[in-house]
Amino acid sequence: MSTVYILWLRQLKRYFRSRPRILGALGQPLLFLVALGFGFGPIYQKAGGGNYIQFLAPGIIAMGILFTSVFSGMEIIWDRQFGFLKETLVAPIPRLAIMLGQTLGGATVATIQGMIVFVISLVVGFRPESLTLIVLAPLFMFMIALLFAALGTAIASAMEDMQGFQLIMNFLIMPTFFLSGALFPLQGLSNIIGIIASVDPLSYGVDGLRAVLLNNAHFGIPTDLLVLSVVAAIFLAVGSYFFSKIQI
Amino acid sequence: MDSINIIQVTNLTKQFNGFTAVDNISFAVEQGEVFAFLGPNGAGKTTTIKMLTTLLRPTSGEMRLNGFNPLSEQDEVRRSFGIVFQDPSLDDNLTAMENMEFHGVLYKVPKETRRTRIEQLLKLVDLWDRRGDLVKQFSGGMKRRLEIARGLLHHPKLFFLDEPTLGLDPQTRNHIWGYIKDLNKQEGITVFFTTHYMEEAERMADRIAIIDHGKIIIAGTSEALKQQTKTTSLEEAFLALTGSTIRKEEASSTDRMRMVRRMWTRR
Ligand SMILES: Nc1ncnc2c1ncn2[C@@H]1O[C@H](COP(=O)(O)OP(=O)(O)OP(=O)(O)O)[C@@H](O)[C@H]1O
Ligand SMILES: [Mg+2]
Repeated sequence: MSTVYILWLRQLKRYFRSRPRILGALGQPLLFLVALGFGFGPIYQKAGGGNYIQFLAPGIIAMGILFTSVFSGMEIIWDRQFGFLKETLVAPIPRLAIMLGQTLGGATVATIQGMIVFVISLVVGFRPESLTLIVLAPLFMFMIALLFAALGTAIASAMEDMQGFQLIMNFLIMPTFFLSGALFPLQGLSNIIGIIASVDPLSYGVDGLRAVLLNNAHFGIPTDLLVLSVVAAIFLAVGSYFFSKIQI
Repeated sequence: MDSINIIQVTNLTKQFNGFTAVDNISFAVEQGEVFAFLGPNGAGKTTTIKMLTTLLRPTSGEMRLNGFNPLSEQDEVRRSFGIVFQDPSLDDNLTAMENMEFHGVLYKVPKETRRTRIEQLLKLVDLWDRRGDLVKQFSGGMKRRLEIARGLLHHPKLFFLDEPTLGLDPQTRNHIWGYIKDLNKQEGITVFFTTHYMEEAERMADRIAIIDHGKIIIAGTSEALKQQTKTTSLEEAFLALTGSTIRKEEASSTDRMRMVRRMWTRR
């Protein structure tokens, strides 16, 4: 337990000590909110969708969490390249504890980032519609963060260095975001995009956030929670396996 | 009890994609010994240490460390040793104190003991006054001293030092060796170290093994090595045994990454 805690604490300390990282990670969601929110707003309204900023904000919060959590999980690669990983690997502690500490730390950091994006979206004009369900928002943020931090750690454990990083970004993380229903409604999508979106775990995170912030769900809260938990558990298990195989 | 082998290696081999880095070596280190593991660049020293310390799986061979098997009894083995790696292994974004705390918690050193020992050790390596500073503000020598202090925090029976004095000035080197020697004398900690400074090995080691191209070519006291090669210093003996050609080595991907990182983080 103390092992998981000290690894978690390390992640948080590192996060709060790198202000450029916090700010850098906020630029992108802000840009998306402003450019897409105001750019597509009128068309979306005309098509009968209502206020696009309202629709978009939960998707952008999820985006902020997605990127931060994957990056935090992947910090293991930096630790590996710059030596610190050896220190944890020779310690007499279960590999699962290391993996858990790293993942929980990344997930916490990403949840905080998600909260900050939420506040930004309020400034840009987002107004949550349900004030009772909103208490569940941090839970969904954390579930998204946990799932993708676990994914990041799993990927990082299987990679030797940063060489495959672009590949992961362009063929895994970007599609996960763009095909998740973060930017467009899944209702009435019967084509291939709809099918892809329904196997994209981020769709369920976005859906959950919309459910609790806007009272507007496609899959429904129980389904969202179930899918997120199951996938997160799978990623954790796979990640632990890869992690236990690391040789330096 | 003075002839117990704390390290026992038999026919140990490690291949990387067909290239044999460690080639069927066997040796033993007695409890309480100071043992020097010498060899030219790329000889296989670090690879051997990595296998002994559970970081790397051997291709074949047997190992025992403090009586335990590094392959099947990893946690027992891990509890038995402390290590200073050849490459940096501190978290630059944490303070000296935080790096020590982190280690103490991982090794389950009880809180009170941890506090007192950290203070003792940091004072000993002259870093107590800098305990609250981020490690990235430290010089190379300060980082090295911190790594040594950290490796001793959990009172290991066996201490691995992979080129501990690399890049240090003579003052710091003497200081560190003085301390390690004391530890060995007073606490009976076994020391296994590598170095490229032959006079260090000559002065410190009870016994020396020389490895070249993955094979141990000789082992014994410094005197014995000099006698066998009919030389007067360990450096001459070393050169007589390993030849005078320079070993070619490619930059590893780690080195390349370090370059990239340095370029990114430069301010
Ligand atoms: N992960 C790896 N993959 C492939 N080859 C490796 C790997 N690690 C080490 N080697 C090779 O194994 C050989 C032994 O390396 P090792 O690091 O053990 O040498 P060393 O004796 O510690 O040398 P030095 O004095 O330069 O530190 C070298 O030829 C090195 O290039
Ligand atoms: Mg080496």
